[in-house]
Amino acid sequence: MPGLEVPTWDPETAVLIGTILLEAIVLYVGYGGLERLFGPYLMKFLIGGEADAR
Amino acid sequence: MLDSLLGGFGILGTSPEMLALFVGFGLVVGVLFGFFGMGGSFLVTPALLMLDYPAPVAVGSGMAFVFGTAVIATLKHHDLGQVDYKLGVIMITGTTIGIEVGRASVYYLESLGLAGGIISVAYVVLLGGVGAMVTRDALKSDGGGGIDHEAADKDLDEYEIPEIAKKIQRTVRIPPMVTLRGDVRVSAWVITAVAFATGVLSGFLGVGGGFIRMPAMIYAIGVPVPVAVGTDLFEIVFSGGLGSYLYGQGGGVNLGIVAPLLFGSALGARVGSAATAVVDAEGIKIYFGGMLVIGAIAVGIGEVGSYIGNPTLELLGLVLVIGAAVAVAFAILYTTVSSLRQTRRQGTTVTD
Repeated sequence: MPGLEVPTWDPETAVLIGTILLEAIVLYVGYGGLERLFGPYLMKFLIGGEADAR
Repeated sequence: MLDSLLGGFGILGTSPEMLALFVGFGLVVGVLFGFFGMGGSFLVTPALLMLDYPAPVAVGSGMAFVFGTAVIATLKHHDLGQVDYKLGVIMITGTTIGIEVGRASVYYLESLGLAGGIISVAYVVLLGGVGAMVTRDALKSDGGGGIDHEAADKDLDEYEIPEIAKKIQRTVRIPPMVTLRGDVRVSAWVITAVAFATGVLSGFLGVGGGFIRMPAMIYAIGVPVPVAVGTDLFEIVFSGGLGSYLYGQGGGVNLGIVAPLLFGSALGARVGSAATAVVDAEGIKIYFGGMLVIGAIAVGIGEVGSYIGNPTLELLGLVLVIGAAVAVAFAILYTTVSSLRQTRRQGTTVTD
């Protein structure tokens, strides 16, 4: 294993890294949507009253 | 089919307690990353080493986590127009070769049975050094260490190139010369050298290297702060992706670690990033510096515990490194909510 390596095609590793990439994109989009949906309610809950203190 | 896929990637081998721990730790790391723009990822690898994961798995999974985090952060910075794609593409080659040199060193040291010890010592020096620097700067209150939120809001034209960067631009004029955003003209070799050096660090420690690469891009290349942040993240998507792939081929990436960490950190980063609009980073920077110093001490204690075979010391090291990160994340959240409530009270008083 020691020594410099040129990457070779490995479908299983590609699926592994692709899964992480997909998870990251899904989380970015998903959490973004949740923030838009529930963000104002959460702000209201945290600071009380209207959520326009920002 | 799905069972064998998940089992092969380590998801099914991770207990529910460990999955919960990783989600929680990811949340904390995400808050720190979102708020300070750096410093989250280099707590992950030492924590994994202290949890007795083999060095290639700790470093490889740490790097895969950095890759996922960089994807999310780059999408955000792309939306803000803070990525210099030309600079990023030039840096990718140097960083990628550097990462491979760092990765090969880890496997070489692992074959000698020295990887865990040497990586831990490197972390003690690095966390302690950066932590001491950030704490000193925070005490002097002259900035440095992490993103300057006010500087990040300036127009690129308003940004002043540091004197040292101007000197490098004047002296090192080996062609090809390239023009970057913010009207910066610099030799491609300077960019490649910075990329290679920080790449070695990334590959060896499983970190994004932003806490070294960002200052290097600002002071050696002379790019504006927001562009340095955005471009650094864009570049990590490729170099970190390739580094993760290479570690993955050697069985060094465990999805049972990376997936829950990313799940927590993506949420934490949103919270930490939103907090930057409310809280002044200067007030909290000293805690951040203290956290890094405690992290260095914790890794040292854990390593001594491992060397003399004392599990109590190893556990103490782990508790310290996680405890310090949790304390700073709570300090950020507490200060944010307090500031919001104070702003609201002041708003109400003015209206009255």
